Amino acid sequence: MFEKIVFQIIAFDELRTDFKSPIDQCNPVHARERLRNIERICFLLRKLVLPEYSIHSLFCIMFLCAQEWLTLGLNVPLLFYHFWRYFRCPADSSELAYDPPAVMNADTLSYCQKEAWCKLAFYLLSFFYYLYCMIYTLVSS
Amino acid sequence: MAQPAGPAAACRAQGAGRQPYSNGPVQNQMMHSSDAQGYNPAVPGSYSHQKVPPHQPSGQYNYSGSPNVSQFNSYQGPGQTLNRPPVAPLSGSPVQQTGPVPQVPPPALQNSAAISSAGSFPPGAGPPMLSNWQYSQSALSHPAGTPTSHLAHGMGTGSAQPSPSLSGNTNPPGSYQYAASPGGPSLQNSYMKPGSVPPPVTQPLTPLHPPRPPLGPPPVGGPPLIRPSTLTAGPPNAQPLLNSAANQEGDATSAASDGSAVQNSYDAIEGGGLMATPHPSPAPPNLKMNRNVGYSYPALPPGYQNTSPPGAPGMQASALQYPDGSKHFHQPPLGTNHLTASMGSLSLQQEGLRPVNLLQERNILPTTILQAPVPNLHEDIQKLNCNPELFRCTLTNIPQTQALLNKAKLPLGLLLHPFKDLSQLPVVTSSTIVRCRSCRTYINPFVSFLDQRRWKCNLCYRVNDVPEEFMYNPVTRVYGEPHKRPEVQNATIEFMAPSEYMLRPPQPPVYLFVFDVSHNAIETGYLNTVCKTLLDNLDLLPGNTRTKIGFITFDSTIHFYSLQEGLSQPQMLIVSDIEDVFIPMPENLLVNLNENKELIQDLLRTLPQMFTKSLETQSALGPALQAAFKLMSPTGGRISVFQTQLPSVGMGALKSREEPNQRATAKEIHLTPSTDFYKKLALDCSGQQVAVDLFLLSGQYSDLASLGCISRYSAGSVYYYQSYHHKHNPVQVEKLQKELKRYLTRKIGFEAVMRIRCTKGLSIHTFHGNFFVRSTDLLSLPNVNPDAGYAVQMSVEESLTDMQVVSFQSALLYTSSKGERRIRVHTMCLPVVTTLSDVYAGADVQAITGLLANMAVDRSVSATLSDARDALVNAVIDSLSAYRSSVLSIQQPGLMAPSSLRLFPLYVLALLKQKAFQTGTNARLDERIFTMCQVKNQPLVYLMLMTHPSLYRVDNLTDEGALNINDRTIPQPPILQLSVEKLSRDGAYLMDAGSVMFLWIGKSCGQSFISQVLGVPNYGSIPQNMTHLPELETAESIRTIAFISWLREQRPFFPILYIIKDDSPLKSSFLQNMIEDRTESALSYYEFLLHIQQQVNK
Repeated sequence: MFEKIVFQIIAFDELRTDFKSPIDQCNPVHARERLRNIERICFLLRKLVLPEYSIHSLFCIMFLCAQEWLTLGLNVPLLFYHFWRYFRCPADSSELAYDPPAVMNADTLSYCQKEAWCKLAFYLLSFFYYLYCMIYTLVSS
Repeated sequence: MAQPAGPAAACRAQGAGRQPYSNGPVQNQMMHSSDAQGYNPAVPGSYSHQKVPPHQPSGQYNYSGSPNVSQFNSYQGPGQTLNRPPVAPLSGSPVQQTGPVPQVPPPALQNSAAISSAGSFPPGAGPPMLSNWQYSQSALSHPAGTPTSHLAHGMGTGSAQPSPSLSGNTNPPGSYQYAASPGGPSLQNSYMKPGSVPPPVTQPLTPLHPPRPPLGPPPVGGPPLIRPSTLTAGPPNAQPLLNSAANQEGDATSAASDGSAVQNSYDAIEGGGLMATPHPSPAPPNLKMNRNVGYSYPALPPGYQNTSPPGAPGMQASALQYPDGSKHFHQPPLGTNHLTASMGSLSLQQEGLRPVNLLQERNILPTTILQAPVPNLHEDIQKLNCNPELFRCTLTNIPQTQALLNKAKLPLGLLLHPFKDLSQLPVVTSSTIVRCRSCRTYINPFVSFLDQRRWKCNLCYRVNDVPEEFMYNPVTRVYGEPHKRPEVQNATIEFMAPSEYMLRPPQPPVYLFVFDVSHNAIETGYLNTVCKTLLDNLDLLPGNTRTKIGFITFDSTIHFYSLQEGLSQPQMLIVSDIEDVFIPMPENLLVNLNENKELIQDLLRTLPQMFTKSLETQSALGPALQAAFKLMSPTGGRISVFQTQLPSVGMGALKSREEPNQRATAKEIHLTPSTDFYKKLALDCSGQQVAVDLFLLSGQYSDLASLGCISRYSAGSVYYYQSYHHKHNPVQVEKLQKELKRYLTRKIGFEAVMRIRCTKGLSIHTFHGNFFVRSTDLLSLPNVNPDAGYAVQMSVEESLTDMQVVSFQSALLYTSSKGERRIRVHTMCLPVVTTLSDVYAGADVQAITGLLANMAVDRSVSATLSDARDALVNAVIDSLSAYRSSVLSIQQPGLMAPSSLRLFPLYVLALLKQKAFQTGTNARLDERIFTMCQVKNQPLVYLMLMTHPSLYRVDNLTDEGALNINDRTIPQPPILQLSVEKLSRDGAYLMDAGSVMFLWIGKSCGQSFISQVLGVPNYGSIPQNMTHLPELETAESIRTIAFISWLREQRPFFPILYIIKDDSPLKSSFLQNMIEDRTESALSYYEFLLHIQQQVNK
């Protein structure tokens, strides 16, 4: 999961910055590469959306079964956010999330990047929290 | 030709004497012919260089040095090293350099006069050389040290400078050309190496100016490097001279024209070290010179008159600011705003802020076309600022912080028309293009020169070095005046890109036409019209000898046409496998236009008849586009697709989504594409530098929302001819013909990219238009055309504290149809303000409306149409209530708006009633989406016309206040408010709604108008569907037709004229455009105001 988020961050960063020199950016050959890159990244991003959401929901269900109310409470906001994100996508086309023309908008891009950083922090913290809880349970039992 | 007295003659004589140096006999002739210009003979060899490669068009400056200078060396001192000879005289008579003011003036004056007269010759009449101007340095060629030469020297330079003003008076603007090379490629004009001109030349200039300040400083008189953009295409000779600079070039012409022999190049000179003598003191002369210059141009922006001694006449502003200036080049001007601007344009800004009670003041619509507000800048800077037609900002006073911007509740953004056809466009050829080293900004009029050798970027504030060759000013032929170079005097300029800007050879122009030939398409008869128009304009397609062309037709199969050389007739190849499209033969499908013209013409003649028997109703547009893409991808180019129905088979097949009963409900309409096939294909096209232009000629629903993506992301354009039919709808045929002609013959740029930069602290976050955003600030434009507009939204990221101005620069790099790589740069400078009232005072209501319309289109696609409509209304409410609560000190009853925004509610109401955003059943889905495409892609002028049509009364046109263009008198009737109450039964009114015009004839319209303009005996006999005015010999008819055709000429599309009476079926469309009136589903203007007032006062 962390890897995924880290990848997301890298991906957005890649989308945002074009490392080639400005003159090279104007080169038509570079245009092709760049476009292919963008499409590949968007494709990967799209593929990762569903696994991430489902793994997270799985965790939540497990917490529910384990009656870990506090942990569940911490995770529910993110769960709802994921649901909202997933269903808010424009209906007409299935692939509009991370659609190349849309994602290249500077606003969207910075939003996605921020989102990815926040999630990274959240997952990291919760990882240590789960670890702590697990060890605590082991020790106390 | 008023030949000046002695000195000029002397020059001439000298020139004659010089001839041996000049290259060939040709040149000599030239020189003779150029007598009028006097000294120019001397020049010729020196700076012209001939290295013109064939691909370079005639009209440009070459700064690059050409290799052979040897001939000149002897007397010419290039650059610092070579200067010796000239220097010697200078040093001998230092007084002359700086002090000589009193002495020199008389000759200079004479000289300039002479020159101006020379300049004014009609080009045709003059010797051929007139057309060629070169920037050469006349002074250099004079033998060093001889007194006469000195004199000539002075004259030469002097003439160059003052002349702008003179010539400006005498010559019509726009007429001068810098480069024309009529003879052929070899004759290119160039001015050469900037760096090397010996400074002394400049000195004499100073004296000249004081005497004639009224004429205006050179920058004003005419930006030196301007030449008509069309030049390359047109015959070079046609251009008359415009300004003195031009004249001088004219002088130099001889050199240019002789071209072949005399190539001298600066580089070569320096390299060769012909005159190896070191130049001991370049700097001091420069300084002096500068000072002089400052002195001499009182009217220059203070920035440019760097170091004028305080107290110089006319210089107060600069003097104040730079009392110490003697050593430095300060570019003050930007800073000066505050001082001068506050005085100068105070009144203007106050006017923008004057509160207007919209409920009481009924007549707020100006009677002429609304002009863009002028930014509150020092007038000298404003003079250099970019034309608002090209570059416009919604707020001409930029708020200092994002908080202030949020408070104002107005959108901040730019509207651009970067590739507009320009009548005057300076083109510069230079081996190095001067750009900021960190942000890559092109040098522009708003940078500041710290001293002669350094300039400070106005976008990122980095200090850069001025390259050596930039020190020479080709216009004035003066060394050490980088701040007078054309790049620094023109906010709009075009560079010829040197080879490092092209990593692959520039692509040839490639045009591919894809025709729908299904049964339905043949029924409409469009193929006839298109083929005929294409046939007629085949020679006018922009391009060169490398132009390629190809054709594909499709129904349920795809047909290719082999145009192989040697075939007696075109060979058709049918591919019926539409699931996996392949190209039947790799060559001969795209062929060279010039080499195979007969075969192509043959094909175009037979094509319309080939499918008349076709019964195939299916349309495989998707596979056809894939095939076209495969064919084009090795080269890139333009695909023009003609489609008449919903694509039904193969990839990209679509289903009809329009349900007529649901048109009314804004919720259920399909504005988003139903498949992303077209979008993906468009992105592929964009990557291969292919643009797709879509012509949709369809009677039924064709899902433009999906099809339009193919053009939107590949930077193409969309044309929509609703219910096109050659018999049932003949007006559409004419419209298609005219627009197709424009489409085929207009300028085109290939493999383009555009980048918009702005001062650090501002950031651009959203782009509107047809393109693909390749990295966050780089727009990929496989094709760029002169009729496309773009918009961007910005935010203030870091507060702009301590900045008085901010700048925006758009740079468009493209390959012209002649195979040159060019960069067109526009720069705009705007002041920063700290108070809310100033922000309101500088609001540009048209630009705001345009940007809001773009945002509303996005909103209606991503959310719903009603959301977008609400957002538009809220924009008015929010900004007016913010104005009321924060700026107005006295709360008055009524709906108050700053004068700058007084038309805002009207324009927003017009947007709400426009086809793109209106509710109600009368807009078909495709039509609505087409209008949205236009909102996104049209330049602001046309968008405003489409949104808020102009209404004129035309039955009483007079010549009062009329324009005179090319011997035609064009009456200028006042614009009326769009309300039925303005119509009277005894008048005739013309409504100009951009893409359509209505001429409404009142029931009791004057008999004379009906008979003399419409050519029918009485009101009753006006035919029901009249769409043309007969050309009658009466004054009224001539006036009306002149007016209508003048309106039509101003735009790239062809508005149909409908003549309507009270009982015409089209009357409802006419009334629909009466924005201030109430319609079945929309408020009247007054009701709308009341609604807003209610919300504002809440």
